[in-house]
Amino acid sequence: MNNYNATSGLRWFPAFMAAGVLLLLAVLMLGVQLTTENTQLVVDFAASERWAWIVSGAVFVFLVQLFRDPLTALWSGVKGHNAIPKISVPSLDDNKPLKRLLISFAIAGLLIWPFFVSRGAVDLATLALIYVMLGLGLNVVVGLAGLLDLGYVGFYAVGAYSYALLNQYFGLDFWSCLLIGGAMAALFGFILGFPVLRLRGDYLAIVTLGFGEIIRILLNNWTAITGGPNGISQIPKPTLFGLEFTRRAKEEGNVPFHEFFGIDYSSGYKVIFLYILAVLLVLVTLYVINRLLRMPIGRAWEALREDDIACRSLGLNPTAIKLSAFTIGAAFAGFAGTFFAARQGFISPESFTFIESAIILAIVVLGGMGSQMGVILAAVIMTVLPEFAREFQEYRMLMFGLMMVLMMIWRPEGLMPMKRPHLSLNEDQEDESASGQPAAGSV
Amino acid sequence: MSQCLLEASDLSMRFGGLLAVDQMALNIRTGEIVSMIGPNGAGKTTVFNCLTGFYQPTGGKILFKGQAVEKLPGFKIARLGVVRTFQNVRLFKAMTVLENLLVAQHRHLNTGLLAGLFKTPSFRKSEKAATERAAFWLDKVGLTEFANREAGNLAYGQQRRLEIARCMVTDPELLMLDEPAAGLNPNETSELDELISDLRKSHGVSVLLIEHDMKLVMDISDRIYVINQGRPLASGTPEEVRNNPEVIKAYLGE
Repeated sequence: MNNYNATSGLRWFPAFMAAGVLLLLAVLMLGVQLTTENTQLVVDFAASERWAWIVSGAVFVFLVQLFRDPLTALWSGVKGHNAIPKISVPSLDDNKPLKRLLISFAIAGLLIWPFFVSRGAVDLATLALIYVMLGLGLNVVVGLAGLLDLGYVGFYAVGAYSYALLNQYFGLDFWSCLLIGGAMAALFGFILGFPVLRLRGDYLAIVTLGFGEIIRILLNNWTAITGGPNGISQIPKPTLFGLEFTRRAKEEGNVPFHEFFGIDYSSGYKVIFLYILAVLLVLVTLYVINRLLRMPIGRAWEALREDDIACRSLGLNPTAIKLSAFTIGAAFAGFAGTFFAARQGFISPESFTFIESAIILAIVVLGGMGSQMGVILAAVIMTVLPEFAREFQEYRMLMFGLMMVLMMIWRPEGLMPMKRPHLSLNEDQEDESASGQPAAGSV
Repeated sequence: MSQCLLEASDLSMRFGGLLAVDQMALNIRTGEIVSMIGPNGAGKTTVFNCLTGFYQPTGGKILFKGQAVEKLPGFKIARLGVVRTFQNVRLFKAMTVLENLLVAQHRHLNTGLLAGLFKTPSFRKSEKAATERAAFWLDKVGLTEFANREAGNLAYGQQRRLEIARCMVTDPELLMLDEPAAGLNPNETSELDELISDLRKSHGVSVLLIEHDMKLVMDISDRIYVINQGRPLASGTPEEVRNNPEVIKAYLGE
């Protein structure tokens, strides 16, 4: 070992190679830029400051590669001493009252919190909640049923445009459109599901990817109805039992929220109202998915992900099960989309590009397939971090990629892997123990 | 004996140029344990796949309780009461042992969406019945203590038993076992022997068995079909088959 280090401890060749590759890529990508000057293309060189960064980066890579062996030895020493702590929530399964109490506190906290912080923070939280909803919905399809859906944003768009168009042409309000948007997205999921769900794995991914793009391109080109790339603006905000959150009522006879309660107008009310609405939607989503998980249908989804041949041999119809997962997943995207349209007040096809699908999928993978708490955590991280990382601007995607790579190395199963529900065999048998053990000891 | 439960005639399965099963005839009467034996590659599992609807046979008829089933998809045949295990165990590995048994009862359960969302009494009742049923079978195959363990973490013999239990919770009429003793030690094999006999005795299930373990086959079977190169070679009671010169030739060579 020592002999080996003495002769080839410094890795000159790999170090030169790595630094060379870095220089090559960095010079081409960061160092030069093509710009147009009148009609000509001109190569612009970056400012000297950036060159300094590129060179120092190359030197850094060179040194790290050169001293890699000693460094890894050092690192493994450090790692051995304090291994990366595992994030795990203490089990509350056996303590139901405590669990209920904690959940109530958390919900109360979520509802009170926005009154004490800035408007921007509440707005950001609302956005995060939309992604939580999308993540939870996609989690049904990808995490539970194991169907890789790369066009999830298509259903999101269906929900958003359902509200925008129905409102524009028929004057329907947010609340009825919330249901219609969800139903429309579910319908699209169902219709798409029929031909597509015979496919598996990669093929399914490609077709769903195509579906997402078709929806976007359709919205972009069907100018007469959807307004094309200009989108649809002036989508009304949700109302609270008919009370609007505007300074003056838009419709005749309506009373704005602040006048009804006799308080001064503040645009903050609207933001907080939207936030609370999002919280409620997320809570409903969470409840529904939690129930589904403990229902035959939820178990069938997971069984299908595990082994569809075994499913068939037990009399489960794989197509029906896949279809239900696809439809229900799409419905949640529809709800999220409707809310998104209402919150933004303006939508255009640009909000529904493939990168959105990728982000939602990243949330599911990052959080841990099938894990709801994980998905919530990941959705918050994925929406809040970019805000903090604004200074990095164009390097944000780079950091995002780096984060994903690191995650895959250290926690491939996600931030909070799914926990199996612990079912008690004889939970009701304590009070009826006589009939509790059918034919025990008959073998 | 009683009437025919399953009856296959002229069953053929062709994969391109390969005739994997050729003019196979087979019948199982209610309450019988029937075995299929034959050298590797003889087409036993292909027959299984045809009978359970995983393949659509290219020729022939299959009647289950008088109903033609050769064109039905697998899950429908399973719903009629024909369930099977697999040569290489196919459990839902990431799910718990108990969940495996609950999934299998899917079609017997209250699957109404609203009933489940609001935990109606009828939903609770059906879930409770399913859990009790699962508990009964776990006890039967001796896996009660592993109920909340992930199925993939069980020992191999336990996985085999769980797979049989998973079939039995569906309340089948015909249980088809594809090499259930593969990879089991002699001790576990004799337990399996007892389990299969008991399934027939106390649960009235008929069994079709593919197996290489001759001791188990000879011990348990009422009748045996011998298949060689996709063709039926001989059939009869264990005694008849054991003494059939053609069978001896196929197994031991000339």
